[in-house]
Formats: sequence, structure tokens, C-alpha cells
Amino acid sequence: MTYRPVVISAVFLFLFAVIGSGLVAFTHDNTAEQIAENQRRALLRSLNELIPKDQYDNDVYADILYVHDSELLGTDDAVPVYRARKGGWPVAVVLAPVAPDGYNGNIRLLVAIRLDGTLAGVRVLAHRETPGLGDNIEADRSDWIRGFTGKSLNNPKQDHWKVKRDGGAFDQFTGATITPRAVVKAVKNTLLYYRANGDKLFEQHPQENKQS
Amino acid sequence: MTAYKDIVRDGLWSNNVGLVQLLGLCPLLAVTGTFINGLGLGLATLVTLVTSNVIVSLIRKLVRPEVRIPVFVLVIASVVTIIELSMSAYLYELYKVLGIFIPLIVTNCSIIGRAEAFASKHDIGRAFTDGLSMGMGFLLVLTTLGGLREIVGKGTLFSQAHLMFGEAARAWTITFVDDYSGFLLAVLPPGAFMGLGLLIALKNVIDGRKEKRAALVSAAKIESPA
Repeated sequence: MTYRPVVISAVFLFLFAVIGSGLVAFTHDNTAEQIAENQRRALLRSLNELIPKDQYDNDVYADILYVHDSELLGTDDAVPVYRARKGGWPVAVVLAPVAPDGYNGNIRLLVAIRLDGTLAGVRVLAHRETPGLGDNIEADRSDWIRGFTGKSLNNPKQDHWKVKRDGGAFDQFTGATITPRAVVKAVKNTLLYYRANGDKLFEQHPQENKQS
Repeated sequence: MTAYKDIVRDGLWSNNVGLVQLLGLCPLLAVTGTFINGLGLGLATLVTLVTSNVIVSLIRKLVRPEVRIPVFVLVIASVVTIIELSMSAYLYELYKVLGIFIPLIVTNCSIIGRAEAFASKHDIGRAFTDGLSMGMGFLLVLTTLGGLREIVGKGTLFSQAHLMFGEAARAWTITFVDDYSGFLLAVLPPGAFMGLGLLIALKNVIDGRKEKRAALVSAAKIESPA
């Protein structure tokens, strides 16, 4: 019995692993910048959908703050807060919290809250929910997410911030309750966070944008 | 050597990935809720199949048989990741739609199946043709099933085309019945199984008819499964 063929095979397999990961790393290196730029543009587009361009005059993408609240914002990571101002006066904040209990992992949201605590709107940034069922949280696929616009912690009342199946005020989807339940909960928590910290959010100086 | 004509016919019809080999059923059943979803996954799978077939065929003489499966898996996983990254960089809008489907391609057994059964034994031209025809065959099943389920389940066709083809395509949606309340069963997974079952049955009926015409003398043959 000789070990030679085994060793040759192992070396060959090793080489392939190196070449394969090398190619992936090379592609990653060459695309990372473009991907970040795409994400920036997509984010700005979503921001403008929530807060119309004529309602603020600052560079929202640069007027950014990072906050931590793993309980209410759904992630241990820093959550970016974009601040919209007009003539120096605060107009709205846009937070990017995470709904950690989606059907298939994290749902990343964009929640815009006006100064008075009403929602300027909610959008989904990224998710891995079931195509055809849970993905109706996307604004492109159904109007469900637009239903948040104008809502606040008083409208509906705080204990009605649930899907209808749980006795709340928000529709679920046929065949998919977990996804909307997670989104409703995350939006409610973000509003609670804003109620507790909102006045502080506008005061602090912008931080360096960690994404660019 | 297998003739090109046979490779194409195998891929598109007689050895179709979705209808005969019944491989890659998980993505096939999961995403075919609409025509556009089917088309998106079909295209991404097609590109992966062609690329992985060509690479496997290129390295087929280097690979020792005992490590060929891990090597194929490495090739496929690298190809899929590179496609995903490139799409995210250069076709961002399309990527946002297909993003969740693309990792599913790695789990599609038809790709490693073709690498192992065909590409590792044939030259590049044939491996390329095989990948293209198998991919097209799969794409046709995905779009047919997606279209059928969309018509029955939602009463529309080509809805959400703008996700793939830009804003101009928003108008492509064909609505068959106004105020259609929807037939949820077709959209849910059982509808996918039933739809696929019907497609397979239809294919068998067509094959059976063909056989009947070809061999009128032995009518008994019709009963044998295609």
C-alpha cells in the first residue's frame, strides 16, 4: 500500500481550493467598490422615496450617526441614522434597523420618522424571505409596506402594533404571517427607540460614514 | 462520440432536467410562482451550467477520479459566487431581484449531475452544447410552470417584469381577469407539485402519441412509460 496517490490527490484538491478562493477573492476585490457605490445609490433612492427631496437640503448620506441598541434595533452592530434637515432645522431621521426574527433570518429595514414621531415611511433594504410569499414586504411587489406611512405609536395604539392574527391592526399575508409579524415588531421597536432617544439624535455631530 | 443534435434534443426534451431527470426540484418548485421569477432563476442557472460544464471539461484530464466530486463542487461554488459578485457590481437592479435565488443554484443537483455524467467525459464543444441545452430545457420548464401558476394563481402574466427589464416593462403585465381574487393553491408549494406533475404527464402524452405514430404496428408499446 502506497500513500503516493493519496498525497497527489490531496495536493491537487488543495491547489484547486486555492485557485477557487483566489478567483473569488480577486472578483471580490474588483467589485467591492462598485457594489458599495451601487448600495449607496440605492440607499439614496430609497431615502428620497421616504422623504421627498424638496423637504430637506442637507447631504443626508453624509449627515450620519451610528447608534447601538441591540434590543430595540435588532442588531448588535452599529445602526446608521441619517438625518434630514432644512435650513438647519431637523426634519426627519432615517434609521436602518434589523428585524431579527424573519422567516429566513434578518430583514434589513429603512425606517423614516418625522420629527413629531409619525412614520414618513418604511422600506425593506434586504431580506431572504420566501419568494412569492414573504417577499410581499417589498414595495415593488405589494403595497403592504406603504401602509406604515403616517402611523405612529398613538395610531394605532401601542398594543395594536401587531398583525391581525395576533389581535393587532396590521394585515398579514396569506400563507406568510411570520414575515409581516417580524417587520411590524421591528418598526414598533424603532418608534420606541425614537421616542426614548429622538431629541438626542439631531444634536450630535455627524460621524464618518463607515460604508464608503 | 455523441452527436450535437442528440445533445440538444436530450437537453431540451428527451432527458430534460426538470421533466425527466427531475433534478433541481427544490429551486424549481420554490421560485416558479411567477413567469419572471422562473425566467430569472432559469437564466442564472443556464449561465452557471454552461460555465461549470466548460471548466469541468477543460480540467477533466487533470482530475483524479477519487477527488473529482469535491473538485467539481469547488468549481461550481466558485463560479456561482463569482457570478453573484459580478451581478451585484454591474447588474445591481437585476441582482436585487435574483439575489436570493442565486445561492440556490449551488444546491441544484443538475449542475453537478451534468459535470459528473457529461462534461467530465466530453470535449469542450460538446460540454458547452450540453450545458446550453440542459440549461435551456430547465429554463423552459421554469418559465412554463411559472407562467401557468401565475395565470391560475393570480390571473396575470409577466407581472413584475420591470424588476428585470426596467421601468418600461411595467406595462407588459397582462391581466386576464379583472378583480381576480386569486387561487392560492396554485401559488403555494402544492400548486408547484401539481403543476409539475401535469407538465410531466403532458410530456408523456406527447411522447406516447409520437411513439404511436412511429410504431402503429405494436400498439402495446404506448402503455410503457416514456
